[in-house]
Amino acid sequence: MSDVTHLTMTEALALLGKGELTSVDLTKAHLAGMEQARSLNAYITETPEKALAMAGESDKRRKAGQAGLLEGIPLAIKDLFCTEGVQTTAGSHILQGFKPPYESSVTTNLWNQGAVMLGKANLDEFAMGSSNMTSHYGAVKNPWKRKGDERDLVPGGSSGGSAAAVAACLAMGATGTDTGGSIRQPAAFCGIVGIKPTYGRCSRFGIVAFASSLDQAGPMTRTVGDAALMLKAMAGHDPKDSTSAPQPVPDFTKSVGASIKGMKVGVPKEYRPDGLSADIIGAWDKGLAWLKEAGAEIVEVSLPHTKYALATYYIVAPAEASSNLARYDGVRFGLRVPGNSLDEMYMKTRAEGFGREVKRRILIGTYVLSAGYYDAYYAKAQKLRTLIASDFSQAFETADVLLTPTAPTPAFGLGENLDDPITMYLNDVFTIPTSLAGLPGLSLPVGLSSDGLPLGLQLIGRPFDEETVFKAAHVMETAAQFKRWEAR
Amino acid sequence: MSLDKATVQKIAYLARIEVKDEELEPLARELSGILHWVEQLSEVNTEGVAPMTSVAGELALPMRQDKVSDGGYPEKVLLNGPETTNGFFLVPKVVE
Repeated sequence: MSDVTHLTMTEALALLGKGELTSVDLTKAHLAGMEQARSLNAYITETPEKALAMAGESDKRRKAGQAGLLEGIPLAIKDLFCTEGVQTTAGSHILQGFKPPYESSVTTNLWNQGAVMLGKANLDEFAMGSSNMTSHYGAVKNPWKRKGDERDLVPGGSSGGSAAAVAACLAMGATGTDTGGSIRQPAAFCGIVGIKPTYGRCSRFGIVAFASSLDQAGPMTRTVGDAALMLKAMAGHDPKDSTSAPQPVPDFTKSVGASIKGMKVGVPKEYRPDGLSADIIGAWDKGLAWLKEAGAEIVEVSLPHTKYALATYYIVAPAEASSNLARYDGVRFGLRVPGNSLDEMYMKTRAEGFGREVKRRILIGTYVLSAGYYDAYYAKAQKLRTLIASDFSQAFETADVLLTPTAPTPAFGLGENLDDPITMYLNDVFTIPTSLAGLPGLSLPVGLSSDGLPLGLQLIGRPFDEETVFKAAHVMETAAQFKRWEAR
Repeated sequence: MSLDKATVQKIAYLARIEVKDEELEPLARELSGILHWVEQLSEVNTEGVAPMTSVAGELALPMRQDKVSDGGYPEKVLLNGPETTNGFFLVPKVVE
């Protein structure tokens, strides 16, 4: 058999089902690959013993006829999900050594469906970043490189370790979280599929909080079919998260392969700013042509408040972060730096424990929430958020799904874009509006740029209509015939 | 709004993050840059627009009985505390 780590989840499940492959062998192959690819720095913590034990149990369950949806499939878990007894850092020094005494609901769901944990994937500190450069545990390298250029590129962020691991076949899939684009942008940069489902689709319980009204978990995989399957396993109402929706979870895999005849695909005219690269425009036009060929109708829509989404986000997200991150005080978990008084201990601990970008956002958040400025900044941003969300509701009166680029550029070099925070923030210009509105957004690879890097397109759906998104995504995936990293 | 060093110092105290004197100036510049940039929102007329306070929209959030549903394991709660004793977290002396 050729390298089993190159299989998709769906292919591996078929072999496992026929008894031609065991989870233990599949897991061993991945652990060996991880060891060889440590230079990518995709994992903060590898858990080989746990992985093999889980794989052994999985093979027993399968023999006993109790196979779950993801029975025996080895996964990477973004190190933002609490995993019982296994260090969970959120990419921060302040949580170094933290071993949660509980398990996040999303990972519990995955283990209940038979999945196997390979380790905890690297990420930007507290998921704040678009390059994975803010991790205390070092940058992650994108397995892709420009044609004829050996320089290392970023995998995107914040779910950069998850994306690099899946692209380089160091996991069959990975969990990600997305606050402003943290699943979709790294998926685009690494040439894989990632979906941020509707806000409320997955439980946030046990996920280290960044901005609670935006954070949402989702799957990162190599195919649309795998994403549909993994989301089905992750999603569902959870009494431990009051914002998780008491909605039934559809069988998303049924949407994969379904017809899109008559589907109305909206193209937001505001997403084509001057100076957008010819590569991105070309990919977008190709995507529209594929959908049209499959029977969809293309309609122009308008999202007039798009240009204000980024600024709105950079008030709302830091404000929520400043209050969520107040809990890191050196008392209950993680790092403590001694001080002569309680205040001094707090201040020294937080000064040493948080990195530059996290401090910047906490300070901005503290300022916009402080007495006298709340109305000018936070209340104003919440009103803009209403306008941005209503732009989308209006667009969805004529369109069933929207197609846009995922990011304005392909992957950039390690260390680039760090001088000015706002340049880095612009990476998320196409993903942030969807997050503010709480809508599902999926990124899939559709081709390569002129210098040989993956380009992603984003499909945006109505609330709780991931099914339409999966239908259109699968049609595009079939047409694109994207050659994945392992098949180059 | 441009922030001066004193304002940055005050915010940093509110956020309980120690900032060294030499860091105040560059931090004030960076934060002022971000605040100038977000002030573009003031061009939008938002009169009569309700702030978005719930992403879940029309979905009614589930209610539950107001009673204890979890707990009773102080050792687990204290497990990650940097300093603990006899079932408590230890902090520097607060009351003289």
